[in-house]
Amino acid sequence: MKLKTFKGGIHPPDNKQWSEHKAIEDCPLPDELIVPLSQHIGAPAVACVEVGQQVAKGQEIGAAKGFVSVPVHAPTSGEVVAIESRPHPGGASLPAVVIRADGEDRWSGDLQGADPSSLSVEEIVEKVRSAGVVGMGGAAFPAHVKMSPPPEKPIRTLVFNGVECEPYLTADHRMMLEETERVLQGVAILQYVYGAERVVIGVEANKPDAIALLQKECADNPVEVMPLEVKYPQGAEKQLISAATGREVPSGGLPMDVGVAVHNVSSAAAVTDAVMLGRPLIERICTVTGPAIREPKNLRIRIGMPLSHLVGVCGGLTEEPGKIILGGPMMGFTQAGLDAPTTRGTSGLLLLRDEDVAKSPEGPCIRCARCVDACPMNLLPTTIAAYSRRDLVAEAEEYCAMDCIECGSCSYVCPACLPLVQSIRYGKAAVLAKKRNS
Amino acid sequence: MIAAIALGFAAKKFAVEVDPRELAAMEVLPGANCGACGFPGCAGFAKAVIDGKAEINQCPPGGADVVAKLARILGVEATTAAREVAVVLCQGDNQKAKLKFQYLGLEDCNAAQKIAGGAKACPGGCLGLGSCERICPFDAIEMTADGLAVISREKCTGCKKCIAVCPRNVIRMTPYESTTHVLCNSNDKGALVRKYCQIGCIGCHICKKTVPDAYVIENFLATVVYEEDADAAEAIDKCPTKCICDFSEGYPDGSIFVAVKDDNSDAA
Repeated sequence: MKLKTFKGGIHPPDNKQWSEHKAIEDCPLPDELIVPLSQHIGAPAVACVEVGQQVAKGQEIGAAKGFVSVPVHAPTSGEVVAIESRPHPGGASLPAVVIRADGEDRWSGDLQGADPSSLSVEEIVEKVRSAGVVGMGGAAFPAHVKMSPPPEKPIRTLVFNGVECEPYLTADHRMMLEETERVLQGVAILQYVYGAERVVIGVEANKPDAIALLQKECADNPVEVMPLEVKYPQGAEKQLISAATGREVPSGGLPMDVGVAVHNVSSAAAVTDAVMLGRPLIERICTVTGPAIREPKNLRIRIGMPLSHLVGVCGGLTEEPGKIILGGPMMGFTQAGLDAPTTRGTSGLLLLRDEDVAKSPEGPCIRCARCVDACPMNLLPTTIAAYSRRDLVAEAEEYCAMDCIECGSCSYVCPACLPLVQSIRYGKAAVLAKKRNS
Repeated sequence: MIAAIALGFAAKKFAVEVDPRELAAMEVLPGANCGACGFPGCAGFAKAVIDGKAEINQCPPGGADVVAKLARILGVEATTAAREVAVVLCQGDNQKAKLKFQYLGLEDCNAAQKIAGGAKACPGGCLGLGSCERICPFDAIEMTADGLAVISREKCTGCKKCIAVCPRNVIRMTPYESTTHVLCNSNDKGALVRKYCQIGCIGCHICKKTVPDAYVIENFLATVVYEEDADAAEAIDKCPTKCICDFSEGYPDGSIFVAVKDDNSDAA
């Protein structure tokens, strides 16, 4: 049977062999954890502890500010030693709470779990919000906002994202294999919250073991486990919806406009912890991999661990890395060093050697249209990029620059090595700035 | 034929009367449409001047010459504004200042600044990707081979377009007559500046001790007090990092611009 997919996309080497068969290991705690107050899309949290204060694991240390915001919690027990600007994975220095671990790793006593069937939908959403659950595929959008669609837009189909189409990363893969029950409980809770009629778990066909296991576990419930063609960006929200349901999210619209909601499988597991155990999102699975690391691993990490600590746990570097990327190679954030801490969106840490990094100089566009064929959003990347570079903001907007999902497929295929995504992102920022000013 | 008559008639009937003074004003303006006056191009400024919505000295590129001509057209007295030129307050090119990382993307300062705040370790230093050079309508900015923007005092007309485009606010307007500048834009402490730049201001106060009136030090950065800068040049040799520069003696290293000693000469 032909596997379902979307139009466009690319086939980069997936390089998952480094870590896909390695079981999840618990990462030992470092002496000091740096917990950024901004780890999600939306307003940063506001610190609600003081320097010198003792905190317990799971205690709220940053309060949410506004609806599109989530609280931040202490990843372990210990003393708050500083609240100051620290390097952030985004590149800038941003406010963070620094905790010196006391080694006891003692849970806060206030955390109360509950049986989801005894809770109302509102109570579950509130539990998810106060636990700080965000989308764990990388974008880190607060889950409770997604879980509160307006009544006129009912969600009929719920799609779970177990695609993990980014090369190198295997965190979600290991999660589905080793923590199937947590994932499926989260799936059931979210199905109850949305009242969805159809539930699909999309998994790329390069994870046959995960597909077989999920299909076995879901044999007696109506959850559909759907193998999908191996293609990047299969795991992008709109592309996954297109593959799983055949529906297209309208330009400028949201999945709820076509009656669909998408959650990552790791987010589903975090929802399980939040509702059934009352535990906040303070740990996640992270793949530390790449040719420049001695021992690639899938680690269960706490939020706030410095990247240098993860490298140490994985046996250190084999050579000076040529590029350090937080997340996958296609959409991850390149780091200037290993000082930044992990956040809720840290799905991987990729260490490449100097020879793995493409450094070809930019050439002229030869109008080959490979970027047009590759674009999963049916855009004209080269045209939008050219307008953006010339600061022709209105024209870039007219060619739907805002629909670009910044997947990087166009830059990947461009034979002239044009920085297409960067140009389009620059144009998108200009469009947003123009809208704000008008 | 009928259409021709109709068109000829319409052209007479709906002709827009233009104030002859507006046309005369257009003649004397530089015609660069740089926008420094804040009006849409030279025609917009000409109309605004005639309508009394703009002052005659609002065209920086035109200088005293245009003010005098506009004054004659309008029959008012010429009031010149002091000539100002833009200066890049940085000498930290790619040889002298350190980079946080290697930047491989779009050749544009504003795009580069969005990637982790720009590659240059100094938060105020010139990124050297030439956005100001490209926007300058008067060809007054050059990028040195080592990636530093340098503005010619003689060619700069003071239109401020470079200031608007620079993401690091490293360009400042200074009086044309003032030729001595502290070429640094970092508010970091001296010890930190020394780590990333060989030629940055470390806030050591030696310039202020040498010529107390001519310098002010705020946030670990010395600045020339342009109203009191007659003797500012005396501190140049005393500065331990050589971040003070007299443009009448020479431009920063690597620049092709030739310093013009005579302050009264207009041409480069």
